[in-house]
Amino acid sequence: MANLKSIKWKYYINYIIVGLFTILFAALSLTGMLKSSDVYLLEKISISVMLAVSLSMVVGFLGELSLGHAGFMCVGAYLGGKASVLLESALGEVPALVVSILIGGLVAALFGVIIGLPALRLRGDYLAIVTLAFGEIVRSIFMNSSDESFGGSLGLDTPRFDKKYLFIISLVLVLCCLAITQNLIRSKHGRAITSIRDNEIAARATGINVTKYKLIVFTVSSFFAGVAGVLYSYSNYTVQSSNFDYNYSIEILVMVVLGGMGSINGSIIAATLITLLNVELQTILTGNLAVLKDLFYALILIILVIYNNAPVFKTFRDKYNLKNLLNRFKAHNPSAVKDDEAKWDRVPTKIQMDEVLSVDFQTSSPYTPDKSEKGDE
Amino acid sequence: MKFIETLINGLSMGSTYAMIALGYTMVYGIAKMLNFAHGDIIMVGGYMIFVTMAATGNPILGLLAAVIFCAALGVTIEKVAYKPLRGASPLAVLITAIGVSYLLQSIAQIIFGTAPKMVNIADLGNLSFAGITVPVYTLVTLGCSMVIMIILSLFVKFTRTGRAMIAVSEDKGAAQLMGINVNKIIMITFAIGSVLAAFAGLFMLMKSPSLTNTLGAMPGIKAFTAAVIGGIGSIPGAMLGGLLMGVVEAISLTIPEIAPYTDAIEFITLIIILLVRPTGILGKKRREKV
Repeated sequence: MANLKSIKWKYYINYIIVGLFTILFAALSLTGMLKSSDVYLLEKISISVMLAVSLSMVVGFLGELSLGHAGFMCVGAYLGGKASVLLESALGEVPALVVSILIGGLVAALFGVIIGLPALRLRGDYLAIVTLAFGEIVRSIFMNSSDESFGGSLGLDTPRFDKKYLFIISLVLVLCCLAITQNLIRSKHGRAITSIRDNEIAARATGINVTKYKLIVFTVSSFFAGVAGVLYSYSNYTVQSSNFDYNYSIEILVMVVLGGMGSINGSIIAATLITLLNVELQTILTGNLAVLKDLFYALILIILVIYNNAPVFKTFRDKYNLKNLLNRFKAHNPSAVKDDEAKWDRVPTKIQMDEVLSVDFQTSSPYTPDKSEKGDE
Repeated sequence: MKFIETLINGLSMGSTYAMIALGYTMVYGIAKMLNFAHGDIIMVGGYMIFVTMAATGNPILGLLAAVIFCAALGVTIEKVAYKPLRGASPLAVLITAIGVSYLLQSIAQIIFGTAPKMVNIADLGNLSFAGITVPVYTLVTLGCSMVIMIILSLFVKFTRTGRAMIAVSEDKGAAQLMGINVNKIIMITFAIGSVLAAFAGLFMLMKSPSLTNTLGAMPGIKAFTAAVIGGIGSIPGAMLGGLLMGVVEAISLTIPEIAPYTDAIEFITLIIILLVRPTGILGKKRREKV
C-alpha cells in the first residue's frame, strides 16, 4: 500500500506543480500584481510547454525525429485564427476561443494523419526530412495566400482577447495536454509506443500494430501543436508565416532533447527555462549587445549537449548528478523497496526452496528459514 | 528554345545544389550524422571571398582563401563539436550541429552586420548560340562543378583514401580492424565537404551578388533535400538529386502561376519521390536484421 502511494505521488507531481502555479498566478493577476509583460511571458511559456510535451511524444516516446512541429502549429494558428475572426461576432469571445481552439487542433491533427501515413513507410532521417519539408510547404502556402483568405505575406490579424485571462486558459490547456499525454503514455498503448521506440522489429513480432500506434502518436502530437498555434494567434494578435520556419521547429526539438528524451517533466522544465532564457537575453542584451543573444544561445546549446552526452564525461556525470547529490541528504532507508523488485527479505537458495516444498513429517523440528539463527541456538 | 535555356539554368542551379548535397551525403555516409552546419560553411566561404576580393580584387585568390579557410573550419568544427560526441545518440550530434550553425551565423552577424554585402565577382555577360541566350556564369558553374564531381568520383573510386572512405561508410568497426585510421578519414571527409561548400558559395555569389549571414540556410536545406532524394549516403545519388532539384526549381520559376510556390513544389517533389522509393532514387535498401 505504501508503494502504491509513492507511485501515485510521482505520477501526479507535475499536475500539482503546474496547477499550483496556475492558481498562484491567477491570484496574483486578480490582485493586480502581474505586469502585462509577465502575462505575455506566461503565455509564451505555456505555449512552449505544450509544444515541447507534444513533440516529446513523437521524439522521446515513439523514437521518430520530427523537424516540422512548427508546421503543425502554423496550420493551427492560421485556421484557428481565421475561425476566431469569423466566429467572434457571432458567438462572443469565450465560445469563439473554445471553438477556434478545437478547429485549429482538429485541422492540425488531420494534417498529422496526412503526414503520418506516408511517414510510416519511412524511418529515421528520411522521416525527419519529410516533416521538415512539410513545415516549409505549409509556410510557403500560407505566405502566398490571397490577402482576403489568410492575409498573405502581411499575416493574419486575429481578434483581441481580454488578455488578463488568456494565460489562465493557456495553463489549463497545458494541464489538459499533460493529462492526455501522460495517460496515453502510461497506458497499455503507451507501453506499446515505447516498445516501438526500443525495437520496432521486436514490437512488430509481439503483435503490436506499429502502424496504428505511430498514427495515434502523430495525430495527438499534432493536435496539441495546433492548439498551441491557436493560443499563439490569440497571444500575439497576428499570425505571420515567417515565424514558423524550421528554426522554430528546431527550437522545440532543442527543448525536448535538453529536457531528456522520454521525460515529460524534463520537457516541461527545459521548455520553461529556454523560453525564459530567450526572453531574458532579449531584455538584458539591448542595443549593440543584441547581436550577442544568438551567440550565447548557440554556445549554451553546444556546451550543454556535449556535457550531457559526451562519453568522455560519463564518469563525471554519474558521480555528480543531481539524483546522487539529493540521495546524499536522504537518510538511508533499507525498507524502501523498488516496485519492480521481488519482495524477499532474503532470496532462498535452491536447497532451502526444496525444504520449503518438501513434505516434512518431523513436526518436532519446524523449518527455520534463517540458518544463522539456527547456528546461534 | 526557351525550354533549353530553362534547362541550362536549372542544371547550373542544380549543380550548385549537387556540390552542397555531396557534402551532406559524404558526411552522412561516413560519420552517420546530419551536419546541419554545412549550409553555413557556404556562407563563411562567401564572406572569405568578400574579404579577399575587397583586399586584392582577385576572385581566384578569393576562392583559394575560401577553400583553405572552409577546409580548416570544417575540420575544426568536427574536432571540437562532433568528435567528443562520437558514440553518443545521433540526436545529440544533430542538436550540436544546429548549435554550430547558429554559432556561425551569429559570429558572421557580429563581424559583418546584418546589411547585405555586395560581391561583384566578374561580369561575364551572356552567350548566344543558335537562338539560345544564356548567361555565361551558368556555363562556368556547370562546367566547373562537372569537373569537380568527376574528380571526386575518381578520387573515391581509385585512391587508397577514397576506398578507405567507402570502407568506413560500409562498416566503421571492420574498417578500423583493417588498419584504417577512422578519425583521419572522417577529418578528410569534413575537409572535402567544406571545400565543395566553398565552391558552392562562389557559384551562388556569381548568380546573385548579395551576401548575408543566412546565405547558406535555404540552399543548405534544399541541398539536404536533394541528397535525400538521391538516396542519402550515395555520391552519385547526391549529384542526381541536386540536378533534379535545380531543374524542378528552374521550370517552376518560369511558370508565373506557380512561381511563388517554388519552394513548396521542390519539397512536394521530395515527398512524392520518397513515397515511391522510400530510400531515395539511388539509395540502397538495407535489410533489417534482428
